[in-house]
Amino acid sequence: MIRHLLSGADLDADTATEILDTAAEMATVAGREIKKLPALRGRTVVNLFYEDSTRTRISFEAAAKRLSADVINFSAKGSSVTKGESLKDTALTLQAMGADAVVVRHPASGAPHRLANWVDGSVVNAGDGTHEHPTQALLDAYTMRARLGRLAGLSVAVVGDVLHSRVARSNVLLLSTLGAKVTLVGPPTLIPVDIAAALAPGTDVSYDLDSVLPNVDVVMMLRVQRERMNDSYFPSAREYARRYGLDGPRMRRLPEHAIVMHPGPMNRGMEITPEVADSPRSTIVEQVTNGVSVRMAVLYLLLGGNNR
Amino acid sequence: MTAYLITSVSVVGAAPTDLLIRDGVVAEVGPGLSAPDATVIDGTGLVALPGLVDLHTHLREPGREDAETVESGSRAAALGGYTAVCAMANTSPVADTAGVVEQVWRLGREAGLADVQPIGAVTVGLAGERLAELGAMADSAARVRIFSDDGHCVADPKLMRRALEYVKAFDGIIAQHAEEPRLTEGAQMHEGEVSTRLGLIGWPAVAEEAIIARDVLLAEHVGSRLHVCHVSTAGSVEVLRHAKARGVRVTAEVTPHHLLLTDEVVSGRSELASPALANNWSPAGAYDPVFKVNPPLRTAADVAALRAALADGVLDVIATDHAPHAVEDKECEWAYARPGMLGLETALSIALDVLGPQWDLIAERMSRAPARIAGLAGHGVDPAPGVPANLTLIDPAARRTIEPAELASRSRNTPYARMTLPGRIVATFLRGEPTVLDGKAVK
Repeated sequence: MIRHLLSGADLDADTATEILDTAAEMATVAGREIKKLPALRGRTVVNLFYEDSTRTRISFEAAAKRLSADVINFSAKGSSVTKGESLKDTALTLQAMGADAVVVRHPASGAPHRLANWVDGSVVNAGDGTHEHPTQALLDAYTMRARLGRLAGLSVAVVGDVLHSRVARSNVLLLSTLGAKVTLVGPPTLIPVDIAAALAPGTDVSYDLDSVLPNVDVVMMLRVQRERMNDSYFPSAREYARRYGLDGPRMRRLPEHAIVMHPGPMNRGMEITPEVADSPRSTIVEQVTNGVSVRMAVLYLLLGGNNR
Repeated sequence: MTAYLITSVSVVGAAPTDLLIRDGVVAEVGPGLSAPDATVIDGTGLVALPGLVDLHTHLREPGREDAETVESGSRAAALGGYTAVCAMANTSPVADTAGVVEQVWRLGREAGLADVQPIGAVTVGLAGERLAELGAMADSAARVRIFSDDGHCVADPKLMRRALEYVKAFDGIIAQHAEEPRLTEGAQMHEGEVSTRLGLIGWPAVAEEAIIARDVLLAEHVGSRLHVCHVSTAGSVEVLRHAKARGVRVTAEVTPHHLLLTDEVVSGRSELASPALANNWSPAGAYDPVFKVNPPLRTAADVAALRAALADGVLDVIATDHAPHAVEDKECEWAYARPGMLGLETALSIALDVLGPQWDLIAERMSRAPARIAGLAGHGVDPAPGVPANLTLIDPAARRTIEPAELASRSRNTPYARMTLPGRIVATFLRGEPTVLDGKAVK
C-alpha cells in the first residue's frame, strides 16, 4: 500500500480497485445499528484544514470515527504568510503529537506534498488549491461503479471550470487509470493548456456540451464561481449557464442509463438546474454517503491495513 | 603591495605561460618569467580569465541584511570568480535616489571583495508611475549608468519610452524585466504541461515576448540602448534576433538556471537540460520552492534555444540574477515562497557545463560583454601587460558537489544542492590584490 495519498497519480489500477472494494465493505458498516469498527483504535487522525470545507471535514471525521481513531480537528484558516505559524512549524507540532495521519485541505497547490516532507505519518490530500482532490475522485469512481456496474469502458464528461478544479484533475487521472474515457467540456478559457499531455493521453476536450451529451454514461458538473466572469473567463453567468449549464432539455439528450454527478457545493441555476439536481439521474446525495465509505477505506488501508 | 607570479597558466585557453601581477596591474605575460619578490602560484592546469562581471545581482542591502549583505554577496561573488557585480535596485528602501545608490557603492568599497556598481531604479519606489531622479544617480559618486525596475516590469509604454529617451543624456541604459503584468497575475510557474498537471497558475511565455517586442521597437524609435534581463523563452530569442538584425541597440542576458533547469524540476522529476548531470541528481520532491524563480524555469525546447542563442551571440551575457532569500521565505508552500535563486558561486560551473571549455566564449559572455554594457572601465579586459589585474583562475578539471551550507552567501537557496558540477575557482584578483586564494576568500 502507498504511504501518502497526494494525487490520483499515486494510485495504480490495483491499488485504486482495492480501495473501492474496501469501501464497499465499509459501506455495510453504515447500515448497522452500531456504525463502528475497532480497526484504528489508538491511532490519531488530524484534520488540518486551511480552508473552510465543512462537508469534506465532517466526511473525513465521520470516516475516522467509524474506524475508532482519535480525531483532532485543526482549523488553521489564513495563510502562513499573513498570520500564524508556518506550515512546517505546524507539521512539526503534529509530528510531536504523534499524528498517524494528517488529512490536509489547503488553498495552495502542493501544500500536502510539502507537508509530507515534514511528518512521519501518512498525508491525505483533502484538496490542495487548484491541484487535486484524490478522495473525491475515488468516491466519484465508487459511485459510478455502484450505479453502472463498471468503470472500464465508461465514457465520462467532466463539464465546467476545469482550469481551477482539483476535482477534475484527480478524476482525469483516476478514471484513466481505471479504463474510463474522459471528455473535458467547457469554454476554452477554462480548459488548461496541454491537459491531455499533462494528465492522461486519450483525454478529449470539447467546447460543445450538446454534442457530447448523447454519447456519455456519466456527466459530472463542476462548480463554477460566478466571480470568474470578472476575470473575463466568460461574459456573464447567464451566458455560461446557457452554453454549459445542465438543464432539463439538455439532460434529456443523455442516454437513458446515464447519471449526473456533482461534487458539491452546487450553484443551482449556474452549472446545474434544480430539475436536474433533484432528478433520479442525480447521484449527488449518494456521492456524499459514499464519501464516508471511501475515506474509511483510504484511512484503513493507509494506517491499519496491509502494511502493519 | 605584494606581487604575484602565476606560472604555467593558460590565459583564456591559450598555451600555458607565466603571468606577473604587480602594483595592481598585469606587469608581464610570457614564458619563463622570474620575480624573486613575488608570491608564486602554480598555475599548471589552470585557466586565467578576465574577472567575471555580473550584470544582475541582488545584494539585499539595505533592507534584508538577514538574506544577504553587500559584504557577504561580494564574498560570494569573489568566490565565483567575479571582480565586479551590478547591484539591483529593489532594496528597502529602493535604490531610487542618489543617497541609496551611494550607500550601496560605499558599502561595496568598504567590503573590498568586488567592485559593486549600483543599478538605479527607473521609477520611484519601483511603482512604475513616474521616473526616479535618474540624472542625480548618474551624477552621484556611484556614477549609475544602468537603470532597472527589476522584479517589476516598466509596463507603461509611455513611461518606458521616456526612460529610454531620458538616459541618453548620460549614456545610460534601461535594463528591462520583461513581464506583461496583466498576463502574469498570480502566476506561479511556466504555463504549460507541468503547470497544468501541478495546478499552478501559469506564467505564459508570451508575457515576456510581448514586452521585449514592444521595447525593441521603442528603443529603435528613440534610438536608445535597451538591455533585456533574464531572457527565458525561445520566442524571446527570435524577437531579439530580428531586432539585432535590424540594428536595434539591444543587448540581452540569460541566467545560468535558465540554461540548465526546466519546469519539470517543479514536479520533482530530474529531467534536466544537461544529460551529464541528470544521472547523479534529482530534486528533493515536488513543489520545492527553491526552484521558484521569476521568470520561471521553462521547457527543454526553451533551454535549447537559449543555449543556441548564447553561442551565436543573440544573447550577449550570462548574468546570475543572484537572488538570496531567507530560509522562511523558501521553506513554505510554493505559492507563498519568494521567487529567486542563488547564482554567484555556481555560475561559472554552469557555464562550463553548458558551453564546455570554450574559454574565449565564456570570457566574452561573462566578462567582456557585461563590462562593456555596464561601462565598467578596467573590467572585462583579458590579462595583458598594463591592464588592471582583475582576473580569476579556474581549475576546469575539478568537480565539486554543491553543499548549501558551505556557500558564502548568507542564504541557502541554491537550486543545485547535491549536484556535482565541473570547475572550481582557485583564485580571484581585484586590482592586483587577491580576494580569493586556494579557493578561499581572503577576508
